[in-house]
Amino acid sequence: MDTKIYTIVSNKQLTRSIYEMKLEGDTSMITAPGQFLNIKLEGFYLRRPISICDWNENEITIVYKTVGQGTKHMATLEPGTELDILCSLGNGYDLEKIPANPVLAGGGVGVPPMYGLAKALVAQGKKPVVVLGFNTEHEVFYEEEFKALGADVKVVTADGSYGLKGFVTDGFDSADYACACGPEPMLKAVAAKAKDGQYSFEARMACGFGGCMGCSCETKYGAKRICKEGPVLEQEEIIW
Amino acid sequence: MVDMKVTLSGLVLDNPVIPASGTFGYGKEYAEFYDINILGSISFKGTTVEPRFGNPQPRIAECSRGLINSVGLQNPGLKAVKEKELPELAEIYSKPVIANVSGFSIEEYVECAKAMDEEPQVGIIEVNVSCPNVHDGGMAFGTLPETAAEVTRAVKAVTTKPVYIKLSPNVTDIAAIAKACEEAGADGICLINTLLGMRINLEKRQPVIANKMGGFSGPAIFPVAVRMVYQVAKAVNIPVIGMGGVESARDVIEMMMAGATAVQVGAANLVNPYACKEIIEELPKVMEELGIEKLTDIIGIIE
Repeated sequence: MDTKIYTIVSNKQLTRSIYEMKLEGDTSMITAPGQFLNIKLEGFYLRRPISICDWNENEITIVYKTVGQGTKHMATLEPGTELDILCSLGNGYDLEKIPANPVLAGGGVGVPPMYGLAKALVAQGKKPVVVLGFNTEHEVFYEEEFKALGADVKVVTADGSYGLKGFVTDGFDSADYACACGPEPMLKAVAAKAKDGQYSFEARMACGFGGCMGCSCETKYGAKRICKEGPVLEQEEIIW
Repeated sequence: MVDMKVTLSGLVLDNPVIPASGTFGYGKEYAEFYDINILGSISFKGTTVEPRFGNPQPRIAECSRGLINSVGLQNPGLKAVKEKELPELAEIYSKPVIANVSGFSIEEYVECAKAMDEEPQVGIIEVNVSCPNVHDGGMAFGTLPETAAEVTRAVKAVTTKPVYIKLSPNVTDIAAIAKACEEAGADGICLINTLLGMRINLEKRQPVIANKMGGFSGPAIFPVAVRMVYQVAKAVNIPVIGMGGVESARDVIEMMMAGATAVQVGAANLVNPYACKEIIEELPKVMEELGIEKLTDIIGIIE
């Protein structure tokens, strides 16, 4: 974990509000899929926490949604722009706990960390079933990328305009083990169909590294900071 | 060689830079970034008798040049602070620390202060009568001279270490409150805590923060902090620790010229974990540029 300068290699629009940014720089601190970056943006006081989608020896891929002024500003940044980034934050997914045939469920902007996770699991010889949920057809992204990993991929849309109609929970019957990232009601619904699992949470943060207690949540084992002991929590400790 | 040493009630600090309570935990998150022993001191996370989770989520809102927080004094409680947090802090930080204590009653302030007074590591007890994020406590004691003085007297009666009272800017006459604390026996004054603020999410048509309001901090409040430090330093004869939006060595010097003997850095740590380190490293250079040999020479030089 450290603050370092990264250079934007590409910043590509995937859907109306989803962008993929590739950043060149030190990736040696990344220890697990599901960790995140905290990005300093010119003109904004707080950094923007964005999950890591994928990484290699010298490049990090993030996929983000333009929701507020900060992410809208990010979408305008040109390749070559240098960014001050705190990398890498949070615990990420514990791969050792994940069995051979897990269900990975990603909803909307919760899809990106599932990509890095699927890639790591496939590299371990595991066979994840990936369920990607979106509101509608034009919001679908990364289906081909997941397929290219060799994963079994199902796409679900709430309005049925693409793939299966319904929510991510309609994409699998039940799971011995699930990993999920997305809106909290989605995580809860996935957990209700899974015997065990790991779930990635979102929270408004200030620092991103445990200094301010801004993002704390209550768990069965006491308060945890989403940025430090999270963002990934174990199914059995979560208080829904 | 410039001299950065300052003295707070007999306690000599290598430099005046102190991370502010609530932005630095018990130091260990920052010790992952740098050796925190360079800090003048550390004001650790505010302690209450019982463990507190604090306020509901969300409790952070961004602002122009600052942020609003409504954390609400989350802390593991007095027992865990003494048995776990302070021993762990002692392993990574060898200088005296500032124990920030809070309360919902005079009795709670007394219990926390008394317990911190027993800790050899604690150099100063900082009594927070100014947290805007808790109801029926915290700030309520700091908004009137009489109640601020009452807390001061009660804490002084059970402690041997210097007692500094941390004041709220959300008052009509901060100098009168500072004077009342001094008359009640306070050894120093810390100011300012956060300004009560609010943000609204226009799309959702609701406050950004679950608690609606919270404490506004960051460089946006720096001029207000300098003004209040100046007013209080002129009104009292005890040391003042200045804080509120400090993010550079020049800000530290400005606070000291306004009357602060030492300076706390809060929000800046959250956006740059190296903020205090960079300020300490920058200070000698800025002092030389400004022709300052000893930092103590500039304390309160503004008439």
